[in-house]
Amino acid sequence: MTELVATTPGLYPLPDWAKDTLSDLKGHQKHDLIGGDEDEETTAAYTEVREELVEDQTGAGLDRVVEGQARWDDMLAHPLAVHENVETRGIVRYYDNNNFYRDPVVTGDLTESGDVARELEAVADLRSPDDPNAEESEDAAPLQAVLPGPYSLTDLASDEHYGDEGEFLDAITEFLAGEVALFPDHETLFLLEPSLVEEPPGDGVDEHASEAIDRVASATDAEVVVHTYWGALEEKVHAHLLDADVDAIGYDFVNEVDDNLYNITEYGTKDSIALGLLDGQNTLVESPETVAERIEWIDERVPSQEFETTYLTTNTELFYLPENKYKEKLETLGAVVAPREVTA
Amino acid sequence: MSPQSNRDQFRRPDHANETFIMTTVVGSYPKPKWLHRVRELWEDEENSFDDEDWKEATDDAARVITEEHERAGLDVLVDGEVRRNEMVEFFAHRIDGYEFNGPVKVWGHNYFDKPSVTRQVEYGENWLVEEYEFAAALTDRPVKVPITGPYTLANWSFNEAYDTEEELTYDLADLVNEEIEKLVDAGARYIQIDEPALATTPDDHAIVGEALERIAEEIHEDVYLGLHVCYGDYSRIYPEILDYPVDEYDLELANGDYEQLDVFTEHEFTGNLALGVTDVHVAEVESVAEIKENIKKGLEVVPADRLTVSPDCGLKLLPRDVAYGKMENMVQAAREVEAEIDRGEIEIARTPASAD
Repeated sequence: MTELVATTPGLYPLPDWAKDTLSDLKGHQKHDLIGGDEDEETTAAYTEVREELVEDQTGAGLDRVVEGQARWDDMLAHPLAVHENVETRGIVRYYDNNNFYRDPVVTGDLTESGDVARELEAVADLRSPDDPNAEESEDAAPLQAVLPGPYSLTDLASDEHYGDEGEFLDAITEFLAGEVALFPDHETLFLLEPSLVEEPPGDGVDEHASEAIDRVASATDAEVVVHTYWGALEEKVHAHLLDADVDAIGYDFVNEVDDNLYNITEYGTKDSIALGLLDGQNTLVESPETVAERIEWIDERVPSQEFETTYLTTNTELFYLPENKYKEKLETLGAVVAPREVTA
Repeated sequence: MSPQSNRDQFRRPDHANETFIMTTVVGSYPKPKWLHRVRELWEDEENSFDDEDWKEATDDAARVITEEHERAGLDVLVDGEVRRNEMVEFFAHRIDGYEFNGPVKVWGHNYFDKPSVTRQVEYGENWLVEEYEFAAALTDRPVKVPITGPYTLANWSFNEAYDTEEELTYDLADLVNEEIEKLVDAGARYIQIDEPALATTPDDHAIVGEALERIAEEIHEDVYLGLHVCYGDYSRIYPEILDYPVDEYDLELANGDYEQLDVFTEHEFTGNLALGVTDVHVAEVESVAEIKENIKKGLEVVPADRLTVSPDCGLKLLPRDVAYGKMENMVQAAREVEAEIDRGEIEIARTPASAD
């Protein structure tokens, strides 16, 4: 029987108090956003936020804990936005949302910066504050790292250094693999790849994108989930993605049911699967019963495959939601897995 | 009526140049700091500061900002939307069917209280008529009324009640139409529909078009309707938007360094263009010379008598002195470009005779 793992693709909303505090500390304009060199007071505020976000997940009973990425002012573009060889320029729309990020323009060689690794280490420190070398409590939910996938990060960025699209994707891939290699121990790595749906790669690039994902995934021993959202993958893109050596592919069952089911039943999927079943962009909170029914419903329609692990998640990042609804969504996720764990 | 003919009503009798490039702002303006303090007092339930006090304070703020716009020399003023907190939130508070859960991120540390539609929307209390009447009484210059469009009111809300966002949009369009009729009865002649959400979901341009048809229905032809769409890939909605029943398209291009300008030159721009000529996300005042160059970009798309200039978007996030500086330099830049056109120093195409 599949192991049901409740988790999220990260990128949480700031707690309301922190919205005001960080706004006052940092300012409202694009040059005020995170640059990787924040002062002590700002760092302290983020530490407090991080602690709260971890508590939210622990309290809700999630099976994986993410850092929450509250510092990611530029959403998925963050790892580049804080890089020394990247200039952040005009604000551009984050996919088709009412959200914006600074255009990260790569102007020099991309080498790993360790920025995301430091965030993950900070989570580990929070969970064993007295002795940084101590093993985490056995009761603590394992850590899950979150990164943009190489194709999406390339899609979100601009290049003024590498000059060739293929080389740029390779450079971003090496950069992300280098970041992953610096990560502390983590159970799962979620690679977020919405661009595979929103800006699907054409012939040749689709294969290249999957190879890139494979290379980032190979930088960790953790389970790797490539999570896609805002619809379904084109058939060929999906077929190529299956060639990547990852443990699971994530499907958005909020925005697109039929085409995702078609891809899974027609082409199969990995041994594990991630189901984006809760709407990360709507305040209507799903009941645990409804979510459980949806899992069953999908299971019935994929009779040919029994999954090792089913990651239950929101379809998208959660930063779109107000604080109260974000917490309720976590509670629902936790409630869906809770009774199963008891009866297992 | 030709696109520019009902635009001439906004030209002041003492306008110095033969050429007229209309100057205005998109809408919002930094509020006086004391108004933020007043809002805190008003929202503090333990304080005796009441609705009357709040009204008096916002009236005063409207006086200050309207005067500031006039001093900067704008042809068409706005009261700075001093009574509004945010472009969806303000209206959602006045429409039955909305609920609020808390602020959500837009970008950086800018948030808005994104509401949830939990049942069928209905016209509740008045929206903008009092605001317009108050501002119009303060000045002899025309006052523009920005009003958030139905598609944005739907798309930037969480929809918990309607089967489709399209149905919600059309219900909201009927409410916007009702409000505009009241504004027109009160004397408003320049109404700008703000539909920034269109840029986020360009495939829905037909829905926006249908909503605008409902809004424009039976609106008097003297009324100048503008449409503001900002921050997006305009190539995905242009030239389709030219079919909309509006007189003017207000577009943001300064922040993107006019990289999308060729979108509007590839197909003939048949409406009036309101072009963003200062970047509202840079807290420095562009020089008059720089803004003049930006204005000339607009002249590559339309002739001067169909060109309006404004900042890219609302100015409310800027320091107030910077916002004022941008307006003042923009007006000076427009007047200098007009004079240069009059003197033949800038060659531009004149509007061809209307076929109407």
